Amino acid sequence: MSSEDTSGENTAINTKDAPAKASLIYDPKVRSWFYQFLLLGGVVWFFGSVWGNLTANMARQNIRTGFGFLDNTSSFEIGFKLIEYDRSSTFGDALLVGFLNTMLVSVIGIIIATIFGFSIGIARLSSNWIVARLATVYIEVLRNIPLLLQMVFWYFGVLAVMPSVKQSIQLPLYTVFNNRGMVTPAPQFSENFVMVWIALAVAVIIAVFVSKWAKKRQDDTGVRPPATLINIGVIVGIPALVWLAIGATLTFSIPVLRGFNYQGGIHIPPEFIALLWALILYTAAFIAEIVRAGILAVPTGQGEAAKSLGLNEKTRLKEVIIPQAMRVIVPPLTSQYLNLTKNSSLAVAIGYPDLVSVFMGTTLNQTGQAVEVVAITMTIYLALSLGTSAFMNWFNARIALTER
Amino acid sequence: MTKITSGSTDSIAIVRTEMVPDMPPPVRADGIVFWLRNNLFDSVGNTILTFLSLWVVYYALSGLLGYVFIDAIWQGTTGADCRVEGSGVCWPYISDRLNFFIYGFYPSTEYWRPNIIFALGAILLFLLATPGVPLKMVWGVSFVVVFPVVTFFLINGGGFTGLVEVPTEKWGGLMLTLVVAVTGIVASFPLGVLLALGRRSKMPLMRSVCVVFIELWRGVPLITVLFMASVMLPLFLPEGTNFDKLVRALVGVTLFTAAYTAEVVRGGLQAIDKGQYEAADALGLNYVQSTSLIILPQALKLVIPGIVNNSISLFKDTTLVSIVGLVDLLGSVRAGSATEGWSAPSIPVTGYFFAAAVFWVFTFTMSRYSQYMERHLDTGHKS
Repeated sequence: MSSEDTSGENTAINTKDAPAKASLIYDPKVRSWFYQFLLLGGVVWFFGSVWGNLTANMARQNIRTGFGFLDNTSSFEIGFKLIEYDRSSTFGDALLVGFLNTMLVSVIGIIIATIFGFSIGIARLSSNWIVARLATVYIEVLRNIPLLLQMVFWYFGVLAVMPSVKQSIQLPLYTVFNNRGMVTPAPQFSENFVMVWIALAVAVIIAVFVSKWAKKRQDDTGVRPPATLINIGVIVGIPALVWLAIGATLTFSIPVLRGFNYQGGIHIPPEFIALLWALILYTAAFIAEIVRAGILAVPTGQGEAAKSLGLNEKTRLKEVIIPQAMRVIVPPLTSQYLNLTKNSSLAVAIGYPDLVSVFMGTTLNQTGQAVEVVAITMTIYLALSLGTSAFMNWFNARIALTER
Repeated sequence: MTKITSGSTDSIAIVRTEMVPDMPPPVRADGIVFWLRNNLFDSVGNTILTFLSLWVVYYALSGLLGYVFIDAIWQGTTGADCRVEGSGVCWPYISDRLNFFIYGFYPSTEYWRPNIIFALGAILLFLLATPGVPLKMVWGVSFVVVFPVVTFFLINGGGFTGLVEVPTEKWGGLMLTLVVAVTGIVASFPLGVLLALGRRSKMPLMRSVCVVFIELWRGVPLITVLFMASVMLPLFLPEGTNFDKLVRALVGVTLFTAAYTAEVVRGGLQAIDKGQYEAADALGLNYVQSTSLIILPQALKLVIPGIVNNSISLFKDTTLVSIVGLVDLLGSVRAGSATEGWSAPSIPVTGYFFAAAVFWVFTFTMSRYSQYMERHLDTGHKS
């Protein structure tokens, strides 16, 4: 019906504007095609000439091409690694080591920065004047100083002047701290301890189902079963029972000073500590501001309405304020997570072997294959951030659905 | 019921016949004691928090103030004066190397040239940033077009200027930081606006090219962009074209910032009411006219706080050029700690405190300005 109408209108206009047909340059469609064609030509020309220059320059400088170098022996050592790696490993292995190091520092950083940032954001809204002022000062100072400067400050200014190994600072739980980093006791699991991990995973799955059941039960009957208590019991109890049943053992290797360094335990290098610490402090300041804005974005009437319904402080926060604030908090929070991941590339300045440092630094210097190395590194970061934004869009759509 | 209406007044129980004695005034409804009681000690938890925070304040202040001021060394000529057990930062080092931190390796006889630029930039920025100053267009154009050209010829010298040529390798310190930051902001702005318009375009190819460009730069860390600019840019250009490290870094910074500017400007474009576009079309304005006369003036006004916030991040991010071998403020502070005669354990930290203070003053001023503009520009349309 309506399509018929518009087509009729179109023909009418076309017949009326007969002269316009004569000069195509006034037709928006033709113009649009023309511009896009021009753009396409420009893009093709640009990449064509870049490609031409690139191949010519690389041929002249005898730079090899292709991704074959990934299988070559790297013959350099990496100081901090999560997987087996030595001089005889390939550049591909080095890439993986760097990537895992980046992920390690990012994941730990994100978890701690979130906890820290939420606390500071809430503290800034505290009714306690001193607490609120302290949080404000923290945010304004940390947010306005470049991250790289903070990082080199912690690394060269603080950790480098820590006491030497002999005069290590003794922390609780057999942890020691010196200018070579931190040594903590290392948990050592017996062979069959894997069963305990499996039990823990099963317990978590059960807990998810219990929560779902509890929610449904509350919706149906109005009575909320003690789901939290049951879940704590399940998550602690099942693995503990399995542990006792199969007789798995958990021992700790405690660091002992022998000769010039500590033996045993987990050695955390100062680069890792400085990078993580700087990333956490910096990102927490931004997360705090996001949290504050999110909580302030919930209209005061919501809290008052919840109060007048007779909800207590805890329920009010949990069921009314936080769900609404989260809707405002989550999108910028995700982009802060992404920022933290990207900022971890500053590790190159203090020598923590992350993706950029290992691959764009050492590998690039050794192979000279700039184009491939830069392309691989950028693609990895791009994939991470596009993946995160895809997740964010999905999550946004999900919380938007629960509205109303 | 009838009893009440018929009865005399004193038989009604609820009516008082004599005045109640005045109640004592509340302990305090104002003054410092009331404030303390209400804000800091109104519950057990809050009291604990208060004491905990007081302890943190005391601990931080005594540590920091002690280190930076009280135990600091204020007088001296060499590092030996600062090698005192238990002493704090070493301020004579900063005053001795101050010129290096500001100008880098720029020849000291030519300091007047960057000084003129500093003054000119400060005046233009003041005129541009203060609401109510007339001729905004003039100041804007001079800052964006004239100022960079003047800066380049005055600082670089050589050629027709008749001044001693100072190649970019000698630029450094705060001067270089400002050069990178201002160039990045100024050069990325037109590019960012074009990208934002392109992303809102109805032409599918135009839109996709802009989306790919924006998302590519936004998805990668700046340091990879700088690495790319310094190792790959020479390979992309015809044989024989060789340009210096600073220009490479500037290209990288500009492309990177343009993508972020584009997203901010896009936010402004989306905030413009659809009626404005339709009204411009109804007046018979073509795309260029409606965009430049109707849409952009409104959209750009909306995004000033966003642009300032972008500038803050860019200003902080300029420190990354020190990783690709330029001696910006952070680079000069780090290089300065290796100065002969100034070797003491407190020297690196002194430099970092100085650089942090300089950066903080700049960024904090910008962020306050952005908040002020947000209030100033708030026309009350938000609910």
